[in-house]
Formats: sequence, C-alpha cells, structure tokens
Amino acid sequence: MITKRIIPCLDVRDGRVVKGVNFEGLADVSSPVSLAKFYSSCGADELVFYDITASSDGRRLFTDILCETAKSVFIPLTVGGGINTVADFDRVLKCGADKVSVNSGAIKNPDLIKEAAKLYGDQCVVLSVDIKRVDGVFRVFAKGGRENTGMEAIEWIKRCVGNGAGEVVVNSIDTDGVKKGFDIPMLSAVCEAVSVPVIASGGAGCINDFITLFQTLPQVDAGLAASIFHFGEVKIADLKAEMSKNGIITRL
Amino acid sequence: MIAIIDYGVGNLFSLKSSFAAIGAEVIVTSNADEIRAADRIILPGVGAFGDAAEKLKSSGLGEVLCEEAEKGKPIMGICLGMQLLFDEGLEYGRHEGLGLIKGSVKPIADVIGEGLKIPHIGWNALRFKKNSPLFKYIKEGDHVYFVHSFYAADCDEAVIADSHYGAYLTAAVQNGNVYGCQFHPEKSGDVGLSILRAFSEI
Repeated sequence: MITKRIIPCLDVRDGRVVKGVNFEGLADVSSPVSLAKFYSSCGADELVFYDITASSDGRRLFTDILCETAKSVFIPLTVGGGINTVADFDRVLKCGADKVSVNSGAIKNPDLIKEAAKLYGDQCVVLSVDIKRVDGVFRVFAKGGRENTGMEAIEWIKRCVGNGAGEVVVNSIDTDGVKKGFDIPMLSAVCEAVSVPVIASGGAGCINDFITLFQTLPQVDAGLAASIFHFGEVKIADLKAEMSKNGIITRL
Repeated sequence: MIAIIDYGVGNLFSLKSSFAAIGAEVIVTSNADEIRAADRIILPGVGAFGDAAEKLKSSGLGEVLCEEAEKGKPIMGICLGMQLLFDEGLEYGRHEGLGLIKGSVKPIADVIGEGLKIPHIGWNALRFKKNSPLFKYIKEGDHVYFVHSFYAADCDEAVIADSHYGAYLTAAVQNGNVYGCQFHPEKSGDVGLSILRAFSEI
C-alpha cells in the first residue's frame, strides 16, 4: 500500500535556511544542502524548498542551491515561492525540482495552473493554499497570509484541481504556529471536495498530532511541517516509528 | 559508460546526478554513435506514451536501442521509458511500443477499483516475483517512489516485482538483458541508488 508521507519544509532566504537549530552531527544547520541531506537520511519522504527571497540575486542563489541539493538528495523535491509564470516552472524544474508549488501566482493568474499542467503534467503542479476562517467561512488568503482575497477556499481549490493541480497543500492560518494539532475540520472539507492527494500543513506540535491526523482523516496523504523538525522537537525517525506502531503505513 | 537517451522527453538532471552519485560514468546523449559505444543504456521518459513513442521512432533512436538490445547490451527503461519497451500502449488510443517485452500498457483505473486516487503517487513497497540481478542490494518490502497512471499488463513472464495499490501493479520487469522500472529509482533514496548500482554492475 501507498505510505503516508512526512514532508519537512525549508524556508530559504538569500541561500540560507531560515529557522534552524543545531542537530547533532550537522555542522551547518542553515545550509539548505546539508539540512536536506540530513532529513533525507532521517527518513523524510519528500522535501519542500520554499524561496522567500525578494531580490533577483537571492533568486539566482536559490536556484544554484536547488541544483546543488538535487545532485546529492534523491527523494522528491517540491519547490515553491515566487512562482508566477511558466518560465518560473522551467527555471526550477531544470535545477532538479520534481514538483512546483503555486500559491499567490495562481491567484494573480488563474491560467497559470492550466498552462503548467499542460506542459509538465498534473503530477508536477501543486496548489498551495493559505486558508483562514472569516465569519465561519473558509477564505483564501494571499501574500503569505496577510491579505484576504475574499475567495471561498473550497471553491477555489476545486477550480484549481479542475485546471490541473495534481496535489493540494492546505495550510490553515488558524492553526499555524499554535502547535495544538492540524486543522481537522478544514482538511476534512478539502478531502471531501477533491480526489487528488491532500497535504496537511499548519498546527503540528508533537508526534501525536500526526497520529491523530492520519487516524481521523485517512484520506490525507501527507503531513508537512517546518519548525518542529528544524528545532528538533519532533524527530522524523521517532515520528515514523510511532506512526508504524499505530498501524499507519509508513516508509521506515 | 552508461548512456541516458535524450529524446526530448522529461528532465534528466536527477537521473544523471544519481548515476554520478554512485560513481558511474554517464553521458546524456541523443547521438546514435555514442549510444552504440556505451556499455549500458537507460531509456528515461515522462509524459504521454504516444508522443514519446513517436519521438523515439522519428529520431531513429528507438531502432538503435532495439539493435543494441539484440546484441545483449544491458538496457533499462524508467517510468514511461519502461512502458515504451512493451508491445503497445493504450493511452489515448493504441500506440506501438518497441516490442522488447511482451505485454500492453493500460490505465491503472481498469484494475485498482473505486476510491483510490490517480495517479498512483508516492512511496510503495516492492513484492518480489522473481530473482533478478537488479535486486542484488535491496530486499523485498523496500519502498520506492512511484508516479504513474498507466501500468504494464499481460506480461506475467517478465514481472520481477510488483506493488499493491488496489491491485498488484507491475513495478519492475526483465526480459533477458532488458530491464524496466515503473518507479523512479533516481527519486527512491538509497534503495533507488542501490538498484542503479546493481544495474551498472550487470
């Protein structure tokens, strides 16, 4: 059977990983290449590199680092951040990315997903959505969660999947950073609406949060997190051992 | 020297890097002479069967590959590259493959049943069906990374490993010196690299 995936997310600014602490045996935690290798050796099923650089110099540095990583890490790599055009897809795919995640780029240009899926296949296009409840309605937020687009989230996701998004990363702004667990009601609503893989993001604070996620919502394919892995609060090897103990199929 | 055939289908960066990582000498090429001079050949591929089969045919590289297979050279197809080794592909119509392995490539939707997502994407465990030199450094139950919506059918004799996703789907095949992996060894961590290493030593 297909396994549930655990995905660490690395935010990269000016060629360095943002938010990182010391791991035993890892000399440079802010080096994306070293950290990616480390996570891969710990059993990460996939990695997300998120480019939060604003300058064009930083962007060039990011693609260099991506190339460097893809030369030594042999698990699937998803790249997001600053993806606004098909040329951006091309730029990161040439450097060894397997999937490309779009967020604001798709909001600004709803045809982006359609164009990219036609060129590179649905499996290559990941929709990432930041969602927050406003008066009880799931709304899509843009600009890193700062701006309410007014769009209803489930409709937006359905539309993007219809256009060819092959996976959806659901990032709940309501639970993000709270560390009290994933947003089960929000994820459940998304799982009911689409038939492509759904990746849960936002809210994981401990191993048990992942167990609860996969046991409550077996339709969810993967759990994504950043700081709890970077700060060593959750070790991927421990997490996967615990998942396995709880009957959740995982790659050990 | 391992030649990775470049016929304009998919991105070969990771495949090339993975062979480099195991210390194998590798060349990405669309040159028939370079392919003939190599001692092993990789046929990669991502995308649609018909389109890729047409590119192999019109470039003449499909013919070169078949000639080299005939001579006994180790050849491995990966993902769509594996599918192209078969007689035919039934993806948006019927398309002729290279005919190096008997069987047809069909939609997984025909066999996996209701409620499972398509494509079959993610890590899945291998079940061995036959011994193969490809598995020299791995064991049954090891996980590899899949991304596919079609699978090789009617090829029981050639199947050396399968994987369960609603049904048992062909994961790896062998017909003499011709090998194929439906999954991506270049994205399957140490297990994948071990398969590439075994191939480079056949």
